[in-house]
Amino acid sequence: MDLVIRGGRVIDPAAGVDGPRDVAIEAGRVAAVEARIDPGTAPVIDAAGLWVLPGLIDIHVHLREPGYEYKEDVASGTRAAAAGGFTAVACMPNTEPVNDDAEVTRYVLERAREAGVARVYPVGAVSKGLRGEDLAPIGELAEAGCVAVTDDGQPVSSGLLMRRALEYASAFGLPVISHCEDLDLAAGGCMNEGLASAYLGLPGIPSEAEEAMVARDLLLLRRTGGRLHLAHLSTRGSVKLLRRGKRMGLPVTGETAPHYFTLTEDAVRGFDTDAKMNPPLREIADVEGVQKGVARGVVDAIATDHAPHAPDEKEVEFEAAPNGVVGLETSLALSLKLVQEAGVSLDRVIAALTAGPARALGLPGGTLAPGAPADVTLVDPDAVWTVEPAVFLSRSRNSPFAGMTLRGRAVRTLVGGRTVYLDGRIAAENLDEAEILA
Amino acid sequence: MGFARKHLVALEPLAPEEITGILDAAEGFLEVSRREVKKVPTLRGRTVVNCFFEPSTRTRVSFEIAEKRLSADTINFSSSGSSVSKGETLLDTVRNLQAMHPDVIVIRHGAAGSAEFVAERVEASVVNAGDGRHEHPTQALLDLLTIRRAKGRIEGLTVTIVGDIANSRVARSNIHALTKLGARVRVCGPPTLLPPQVERLGVEVATRLAEAVAGADVVMALRIQKERLGRACLPSDREYARFFGLNRAVLDRAAPEAIVMHPGPINRGVEITSDLADSDRSVILDQVENGVAVRMAVVFLLAGGRAEWTS
Repeated sequence: MDLVIRGGRVIDPAAGVDGPRDVAIEAGRVAAVEARIDPGTAPVIDAAGLWVLPGLIDIHVHLREPGYEYKEDVASGTRAAAAGGFTAVACMPNTEPVNDDAEVTRYVLERAREAGVARVYPVGAVSKGLRGEDLAPIGELAEAGCVAVTDDGQPVSSGLLMRRALEYASAFGLPVISHCEDLDLAAGGCMNEGLASAYLGLPGIPSEAEEAMVARDLLLLRRTGGRLHLAHLSTRGSVKLLRRGKRMGLPVTGETAPHYFTLTEDAVRGFDTDAKMNPPLREIADVEGVQKGVARGVVDAIATDHAPHAPDEKEVEFEAAPNGVVGLETSLALSLKLVQEAGVSLDRVIAALTAGPARALGLPGGTLAPGAPADVTLVDPDAVWTVEPAVFLSRSRNSPFAGMTLRGRAVRTLVGGRTVYLDGRIAAENLDEAEILA
Repeated sequence: MGFARKHLVALEPLAPEEITGILDAAEGFLEVSRREVKKVPTLRGRTVVNCFFEPSTRTRVSFEIAEKRLSADTINFSSSGSSVSKGETLLDTVRNLQAMHPDVIVIRHGAAGSAEFVAERVEASVVNAGDGRHEHPTQALLDLLTIRRAKGRIEGLTVTIVGDIANSRVARSNIHALTKLGARVRVCGPPTLLPPQVERLGVEVATRLAEAVAGADVVMALRIQKERLGRACLPSDREYARFFGLNRAVLDRAAPEAIVMHPGPINRGVEITSDLADSDRSVILDQVENGVAVRMAVVFLLAGGRAEWTS
């Protein structure tokens, strides 16, 4: 036995555990989860008063490396992840160059080995150059370590290409992650089409721009087989379509982001570019619909769509600002608000941060069942704190949650039984050099 | 009458008394423009920079005349020939302007929110001269002044606004100001040119012109701005003129003494027929004259002028 985490409340929805347990770790894996474990001579982490969760997994992160290191890189992005309680992230392919080639995948994984303090799972492109024309070499991407493919940031507008991607990727067991947006309907829009856009005179994106593509993708999935994962769902209608797809028995999963169940389009009033993202913040009925989707387990995963941008890129006219917000360091506490304020069960919320995302992309972890990787997040559920982007470990500051007071925070993050984050500080250079700390 | 705000970027946040206060001040300035010597010394030594990032003739000229009649030093800065065409960001342009310490910045820009963006980052007072599709406060104020002078009041009047409501900053500012002052506002246009949930802005919506104009005291046509029209919003000018253009027959459905307005420049024969635009029902040139007075009032109030100005 290498380590025992003692006296915490273990919440592991996948294993059906919620109660006081000790967790024994050996050789980087969970060895036992029991009411009382005698540590012998092994070091002990006192987790009294804390929650002991399977390491949180964020399957929608823009690490920006290679190409946009001034926004974020593997080192800063995984540090932000660890600080937010995440032990694994899946990173999107819209880098420069695009991750549409095994060489880029290998580069990202190499950077992760050198400088990452969380597990990094690259996601490859569906199409070469994200151009939506020809398939990227999905087989080689899978072989190099990609866990899924997507043209995220760009929808796959061509129905034919989406059909082919679902078919082809299925040969390699990779899910296709779809950014659902009808670009024609969304044309020129930079916020939700609704009352707020009527006030602001900003061109709107109707919710149907997302929902029409969700419906298309579900229909293509029914014909082709394969696996489909729907990214950043923002509307009530999309959640309903996802539920219908699941009832039809389709192999589909879906995610939403904390901003979609926390904020409405009114956050854009005042032209705040930190509230600009795609899909845009919607209306209260959508916020409630997305919350309900998480509550009922229709939405499998909470993923941040962590999209760092430099301050000078965001300090421009609203229409000219790039889309995206950072999320890794606020996701857990915002998700816990669902429990605190929206009546969602804690079990559901933790599942959406652990087992749900693991299952959606077929990743290891997401549970503390014996034999699982010893990726563990210790949470102080009563820590009250205020969001201060200036102290984020992310390289970027573009958060619409600045100044918000939240409750619940990761105090310690372990990857493979080794501590990478402890009480506000990163504890390792990379995963290899991380140590077992009591 | 003072004005407690530092900037005028939108009418939406203003209280009715603030709007009325500006109109009252403008009434006084109307007289100045009809004197032989059209100048008061109120803003002597103050610097006003007119920043026009979008082409404009009448609004820019109107502001410039207003500023000169207040004896302010005026500088015009327009996007053609400026560093904007070299790719400078709005933020950098703003910082450079600020470094020259102007007292007032008048800004027209193609992006909604740009006036507010500038206002948050400079020490000068900022006047929004039109920001994208968002607001055009001085245009709405001059429209209100024109209505008030023609009708003696705003409260209780029925004002019909016809045209491209969705893409019009003039419509947006007018809707806010008119509803705040107690007018009943109807909007009318093809559904492709109405903003989402427009009725929640406090207006009535009609897609048939005859209904929209019935009994109206004021009928305001908006300019069809080809550069702002979205794709597939209008089949043709001819069709627009036929179903949404103002003419004498349409105006006969309005109240007996109804007036006709247009923010200009007019597409004759599209939004309004020439004979109506040039008729005694038209107050289009009064709007232009009142525009100078309104802009004098706004610049004066923001520059901290006090009530001794007329003497």
